[in-house]
Amino acid sequence: MKKLFYILQKEFIQVFRDKAMLPIIFIVPAVQLLVLSYTATFEIKQVRLVVVDQDLSVASRELISKFSGSSFYSIIDQVVDYSEAAEFLERGKADQVVVIEPDFGRLLVTEKTAEVQVITDAINGSAASLMNAYATNIIIDYNREIMVKLTSGQAVSLPIHIQPLFWYNPELNYITFMVPGILVLLVTIIALFLGSMNLVKEKEIGTIEQINVTPIKKYQFIAGKLIPFWLIANIDLAIGLLLSYFVFKIPVIGSLWLLFGVASIYLLAVLSIGLVISTLSNTMQQAMFISWFFLVIFILLSGLFTPIESMPHWAQILDYGNPVAYFIKINRMIMLKGSGWSDIQENVGILTVFAIVMFTFAIARYRKTS
Amino acid sequence: MKTLPAFIRFNQISKHFGEVKALQYVSLELAEGELMGFIGPDGAGKTTLLRIFTSLMLPDSGSVTLGELDVVTDYKKIRQIVGYMPGRFSLYPDLTVEENLHFYARIFNTSLKQNYHLIRDIYGQIEPFKKRRAGDLSGGMKQKLALSCALIHHPRVLVLDEPTTGVDAVSRMEFWVLLKSMQQQGITILVSTPYMDEAAQCDRVALMDHGKVMVVERPSVIEDNYPGQLFSVKTNQMYRLLAELEAYPEVKHVFRFGEVIHMTFNSSKEEEIVPLIKDYLKQRNHEQISVSRIKPGIEDCFLSMMETPQKA
Repeated sequence: MKKLFYILQKEFIQVFRDKAMLPIIFIVPAVQLLVLSYTATFEIKQVRLVVVDQDLSVASRELISKFSGSSFYSIIDQVVDYSEAAEFLERGKADQVVVIEPDFGRLLVTEKTAEVQVITDAINGSAASLMNAYATNIIIDYNREIMVKLTSGQAVSLPIHIQPLFWYNPELNYITFMVPGILVLLVTIIALFLGSMNLVKEKEIGTIEQINVTPIKKYQFIAGKLIPFWLIANIDLAIGLLLSYFVFKIPVIGSLWLLFGVASIYLLAVLSIGLVISTLSNTMQQAMFISWFFLVIFILLSGLFTPIESMPHWAQILDYGNPVAYFIKINRMIMLKGSGWSDIQENVGILTVFAIVMFTFAIARYRKTS
Repeated sequence: MKTLPAFIRFNQISKHFGEVKALQYVSLELAEGELMGFIGPDGAGKTTLLRIFTSLMLPDSGSVTLGELDVVTDYKKIRQIVGYMPGRFSLYPDLTVEENLHFYARIFNTSLKQNYHLIRDIYGQIEPFKKRRAGDLSGGMKQKLALSCALIHHPRVLVLDEPTTGVDAVSRMEFWVLLKSMQQQGITILVSTPYMDEAAQCDRVALMDHGKVMVVERPSVIEDNYPGQLFSVKTNQMYRLLAELEAYPEVKHVFRFGEVIHMTFNSSKEEEIVPLIKDYLKQRNHEQISVSRIKPGIEDCFLSMMETPQKA
């Protein structure tokens, strides 16, 4: 135990002597949290709309005013010719075009039906479906109004009335959804990168030669490499939670103890992956590339940006081996829903198994002799 | 020397890296308290042999024992009693001199205070810089710190891999004085070096080349056993001298040796050969010709052994 203490003492001296380390450990994650949380959003606030009004009637103006009244839309031009509007789309100057047919107003009265065409720039698929949903909602809204008019004031009620309620995030605030995930991302980066770099650094500058001829035991050396970054990543998580409480007003609804308990297990898994990477590589550059490779896959598959449920089947299967996905899920549950142990025990169990397997593998991989 | 009981025994050690045979059936013995030099060019297998001894590397075949201990099975005990100074500076450059020394003392369950007497001569020289980071030290000071760290746990055997490579001439001489004083304290020393001139400092030297030990002997014995007579030749036309001497009929070996050329002949007596060579060179328009018999050094012995095929 005493030796472990001396090893840890040495590691901490080294970490904090490096002038670049303090900002990397404490400032970079804070900046990332603030920047990413605001920007990593799929909400589209200003859809640039071009309206092709071929009718120029009262009815068409009413419909257009619905769009211009919506906070999601800004009408950048109103034209009569369809081809003009198409050019806006082609040049990327508009996101959506609404075409109102020439007899729109008259048909509504005589035929009780008329057509509106919505064209959306669908290069970004998820944005396109959102814009389409916005437009559809506005048109449905307008529909309901004119039905009242057309039936000369009689109140019309649809047989099934849908009243949506959004739980855990009533304002449908995207930041609320993103922050717990981004917190996971930050501690993962710290643990994976710093963890994998540290041991490789000893290899690269040759200090491991001298260590290897000492009676330091394998577990002492590895523990000396894991514990500092395990602590640092937990501190980063704490800083992140404070920031999200004070800046984003997102409190942790569930138990903090539970959250840090799970984080500790998770970090052991990630640090062990880092350790395995560092036993596989001989230079910091190699370790960096391998870490990036895994990190990018872990993050893209994690459900941070896109729901896992909408991924292809094979990707969902891959996600069974993705610790980041488990922890993001657990973290969202604890932070936003206040889930307790019984809700998350299955996922925590998987994480625990993952941590044990990776840790054992890392120790087995690390050898003093070659 | 041979009468002392063997303390360290290398027995038929082989090691290969892919196609390269780094060591081929190397056997040799050291007595306790001996200072053994491993001498040979780069790639001779010196570092590999020392790394196997320090339990950093496993031999493909063969065994190494230190007293009763086997370096493979008893590596934990070996690490307690062996001090190793790798060829490359391997201490923490971001820790200070003092921190490095304390760290290595503590992980060997000792303290700087307890073993200060061991390293006083060496550490004393760098102690004024103890607050300086190891990475900021000069080459000679780094080497002294590395030696201090290798000695801090009072090892019975000290292994040094090319400790004097890249160190200036004065520091090299100082270093050998330090090694001798370590030997006085009863420490057995294994040291490798590419510098032939350092061979004379060792009790015995093992001349190595291409993974084989060619000879293990006292330096003076190696020099005395030089086969044949060695001549040193110098003229004002050094550029073509080597090729012309190689063309001389009776010649056995010709080596460029700094400013002169060293050569041996198959037969012929000293008295006869000197005038013959002088005439031969005069005919080829050489001037300021000097030919003299010289006493062979370790390097001459080494070069002559490299030329003659060795029994495996």
